[in-house]
Amino acid sequence: MSTETALPVKPAEGLFSKKNRKLITDPLNDNNPITVQVLGICSALAITVKVQNAVVMSLSVLAVVVVGNMVISALRNLIPGRIRIIAQLVIAAGLVTLVDIVLKAYVYDVSKQVGVYVGLIITNCILMGRYEAFAMGNKVWPSALDGLGNSLGYAWILVAVATVREITGNGSWMGMRLIPESWYAANGGGYFNNNMMILPPMALVLVGIIIWIQRSRNTKLIES
Amino acid sequence: MKALLHLVEKMKPAFSKGGKLEKLHWVFDGLETFLFTPGHATERGSHIRDGIDLKRTMSVVITALLPCLLFGIWNVGQQHYQAIGQLVGLGEGFWEKVLFGAVKVLPIVVVSYGVGLGIEFLFTSIKGHPIQEGFLVSGMLIPLVMPVDVPLWMVAVGTAFAVVIGKEVFGGTGMNVLNVALTARAFLFFAYPTQMSGDKVWVSTATDLNLPLVDGFSGATSLGQAATGHVDRIASLSDTFWGFEAGSIGETSAFACLIGAAILIITGIGSWRIILATILGGAAMSWIFNLVGANDYMRIPVLHQLMLGGFMFGTVFMATDPVTAAQTNTGKWIYGFLTGLLAILIRVVNPAYPEGVMLAILFMNVMAPLIDHYVVQANIKRRLKRAAVQTA
Repeated sequence: MSTETALPVKPAEGLFSKKNRKLITDPLNDNNPITVQVLGICSALAITVKVQNAVVMSLSVLAVVVVGNMVISALRNLIPGRIRIIAQLVIAAGLVTLVDIVLKAYVYDVSKQVGVYVGLIITNCILMGRYEAFAMGNKVWPSALDGLGNSLGYAWILVAVATVREITGNGSWMGMRLIPESWYAANGGGYFNNNMMILPPMALVLVGIIIWIQRSRNTKLIES
Repeated sequence: MKALLHLVEKMKPAFSKGGKLEKLHWVFDGLETFLFTPGHATERGSHIRDGIDLKRTMSVVITALLPCLLFGIWNVGQQHYQAIGQLVGLGEGFWEKVLFGAVKVLPIVVVSYGVGLGIEFLFTSIKGHPIQEGFLVSGMLIPLVMPVDVPLWMVAVGTAFAVVIGKEVFGGTGMNVLNVALTARAFLFFAYPTQMSGDKVWVSTATDLNLPLVDGFSGATSLGQAATGHVDRIASLSDTFWGFEAGSIGETSAFACLIGAAILIITGIGSWRIILATILGGAAMSWIFNLVGANDYMRIPVLHQLMLGGFMFGTVFMATDPVTAAQTNTGKWIYGFLTGLLAILIRVVNPAYPEGVMLAILFMNVMAPLIDHYVVQANIKRRLKRAAVQTA
C-alpha cells in the first residue's frame, strides 16, 4: 500500500484548504480518537487524576504523533510494506524516548508522576493508528495536520476528564486550590473530597458521559 | 376516595394533548396512576394483563420495608441514648428515642426521594416517556443502608449518581444491571470512606435536641469490631436478631427483615428461592469457616454469622430485586447461593471490607445474565437430546 502514491499530479492545494482544515477539525468531534474510535483509553484512565499531568501527557502525545507522522510520511516510499510496523515502531520508540528525556530534563517533578505513562505512549493505539492509516499513504503536510488534529482531539478529552476529576477529587485545578481549605471537615467544615473520582473506574464513567452527551448532540454518530 | 377521583378527572383535560399544561402530562399521568389503577386495556398482541402493576408491586415492597424503617428509627434513638448514658434500658423513653430517630432519619429519606424523583421527572420530560416508578423502592432502600450520621449532601450525590449512571444510562427502570440502592451505597463507600465506614458514623452523638455532647465515643458495628480483631466484642445472638446494635439505619434487625420477607413471599413479589438460596449460601460458607477455624472470626457460629450486619437485609430486599437478579428458577438458586457464599467470604477474609453483602450482591448482579444464559442453554441441550432420542 505504501508505494501506490504515483497518482496524477493535482493542482497544488492551499496549505489550509478545506480538506486540510477538516483533518484538524474532524478528530475534535465527529471522529474523535477517544470518544468515537475508542482508542487510547488506557492513558485516559491512568493520567487524568490531575490536569497538569493530563496536559503534559497530551503535549507528549502531540509531539510524538505529529513528528512521527511527518517522519513516516516522508519515508513512506522507502519503507518496505512487509516490515512497515517494525519501522513505525522504531520511529515511535525513538520519539517517545526523546520526549521522556526532555521531560526529565525540564519538568522533573511532573516526569516522575507521568514517567511510566510517557514510556507507554508507544503502545497508545492512536499513535500506531495514525501512522498506519494516514501517514503511510499521505504527504508530509497533511500528515502533520492529521497528527495535530488527532492529538488535539485526544487532548481535550483528557483535559476535560482531568478537570472534573481534579476538582471533585482534590478540590483544585492545575494545582490551584478551588475549594477553600476551610470547607473541609478537618478544618471544621462539612466538605469531603470524593475519593471515587481518583479511582480509575470514574475516568471510564466520565468518558462514558462525554460520549453520551456527544452522541445526543451529534446524531450521525449513533449506530443503527 | 370519590372526591379525589373527581378532582383527578376534573384536572385531566388540562394535562391532555392540547391542554394548557400539556408539558406536564407525564408528571400528571404518574401521579394519577399512582392514586388509581389506570383503566388501560391492551390493544394489540396478548390480552392478558396482570392484576397488579408496577406501582402496586412497589407499594407492597415499601410496606415490607416499613418494619425495618420503623425499627431503624427507634434504634437510632436507642443507640444514641445508650451512647450518652441516659435511658439506657430498652423499655425506657420510647417516645424520646423515636423522636430523636425521626429527626435523624426522616431528612435522609426526604433527600433520597427528592433527588431521585427529581432526576426521574427530568428524564421523563426530556425523553417524553411515562414516569417510571422504579425509584419508589430504591428511594426507601437508600436511607436504610446509610449510616445515621451521613451528611445529607452525600445522600444527594450518591442518589444522583445511582439514578443517572446506575439506571438511566441503561434505559431506566427495568433495564438496570446493578441494584440502584446498592450502587448509591457503593459509590459513597468508595468516595467518602471516612463517612461510610469506620467506628465514628454508626451512632449519632450529635447534640441536637440539647443533649449533652459525647466526645470520641466509639460506636463500631459488630462487623467493624470483628474486622479489627475484636471478635469478642460483637453483639450477642439475640441482640443481632432483634437489632439492638449499631449499624446502618435499617439493617440491624434480622427480625424486621424476616417480617418483610414474609410479606414479600406471601404476596409472591420477592423470590423465596433467592432468599432461601442466599441464606443457604451464607450458612455453607460460615460452616466451612467453622471447620477451618483458623481464627476467632471464622469460629463464629453459623446462625450468629447470618444475623450479623446487613446480611439479612441484603438477602431479603436487595438480592431479590427482580430486575437485577437471575430470572430462571435454576439460575435463582445459583445466584442466591453464590451471593450468600461471597458475602460471608468477603466479610471474614478481607478486613478492608467489614461487610461483604453489598459487594457480593453487586458482583452477582453482574453475573446474573451469564448464569441465566447457561441455564437456558442447558435446558435447550437437554430438550434437544430428548427430541433426538424420540425420533431415533
